[in-house]
Amino acid sequence: MFKLIQKLATTLCLLFLLVGCAATSQTPQSTLYDRLGGETGVDTIVSGLIKQIGQDKQIFHYFADTHITRFRTQLTQHLCAITDGPCKYTGDNMTDIHTGMKITEKDFNHLVDLLINAMNLQGIPHRMQNQLIARLAPLRANIIYI
Amino acid sequence: MFKSIMLISVLISTPLFAADGKLLATPGVSQVEGSGGGGIVPWAQLAGYASQDEIAANAFCSQSQLSDFRLRSCGAQLNLYDRVELSIAKQNFRINALDTSIEQNIVGVKTRLYGDLVYSKWPMLSLGMQYKHLNDTAIAQALGAKDTTGIDWYLAASKLHLGAIAGYNLFWNVTARRTDANEMGILGFGGSNRDIRLQWEASTAIFFSRELAVGIEYRQKPDNLGLKEDDWSDVFVAWLPNKSVSITAAWLDLGTIAGVKDQKGPYFSMTGYF
Repeated sequence: MFKLIQKLATTLCLLFLLVGCAATSQTPQSTLYDRLGGETGVDTIVSGLIKQIGQDKQIFHYFADTHITRFRTQLTQHLCAITDGPCKYTGDNMTDIHTGMKITEKDFNHLVDLLINAMNLQGIPHRMQNQLIARLAPLRANIIYI
Repeated sequence: MFKSIMLISVLISTPLFAADGKLLATPGVSQVEGSGGGGIVPWAQLAGYASQDEIAANAFCSQSQLSDFRLRSCGAQLNLYDRVELSIAKQNFRINALDTSIEQNIVGVKTRLYGDLVYSKWPMLSLGMQYKHLNDTAIAQALGAKDTTGIDWYLAASKLHLGAIAGYNLFWNVTARRTDANEMGILGFGGSNRDIRLQWEASTAIFFSRELAVGIEYRQKPDNLGLKEDDWSDVFVAWLPNKSVSITAAWLDLGTIAGVKDQKGPYFSMTGYF
């Protein structure tokens, strides 16, 4: 058991070192919102995602009755707020929005895939994508199967 | 029988299932005993891309090329609604010096007790069982093993932390296994030294992209036969380019096996997801 812990610890340290070297320096004070490119960056993510959804067969039907302009405004505001940007989300809560839609786990993950596609097309680095997804992941509990 | 099961599962699964409801790479790969996991450790994730509304079927083969031995393992898993994983594996362990092979069949069941690898607050938790049956029993018996069949029970906890290390996703798994298997069962079960006991296993990995993970595994082993059986470890690179295939390469350090020291070597594994 001791050997196990020792070996794990050593290798973890090596991995951390490796990652540390690979990581470029980030200004610690800057918010994720800033790093994503601020207002322009977040607008582009939202536009990219809307475009992805518009071309998608699997989950487009959830958005068939969506008022796109309102959706764009609310999502942009939500992303701004959730990434510590200078906004306050004033839209409805996730549960109210998604109740009755019966969104499956599979379709939720498909939306994540579309978001990743949009961010890839925009050239947002992998590590920054993960940080945004990490902020959004806790919302899932109030979105699926309701 | 094994081959026909493999064939049937592959034939049936291709058009019917094609589950893709999980995020890329999150189910992990296939471990040498057939369960969803890494290479040597079963993880909490159930094999395959089935979400809770889907069924997934997967098939895999792996080869471990050690200094004096070679282990081939092929098998398949069925993932039912991300709740139950059924697995089969056939292992062929070649002993170069004796120009002979030991075959073992393993049937596994794993059930997800709690959580999701990515989304749940606490780590995902699964309970699993592996029933092992040795087809070639002579060597195990000659070395003093008590049985030629055995059952392993394990409890596994896994979690993926998004963006946890400088923005990279970090994966870890810890497994507690109740077993009396000698060298995973290849050398039988139990012995003069000890019998069933709890062994700890662990894995961790960093995802350098959506498709590529680099990690390590450690598997504690009992020494029932008094042959100085060592713990196992490996360093691996797993490439999961899409939801249809994964390829894993690893470097194994399995220590002393059947009294033969320093068993190290490369490991390759491929899983197809249907």
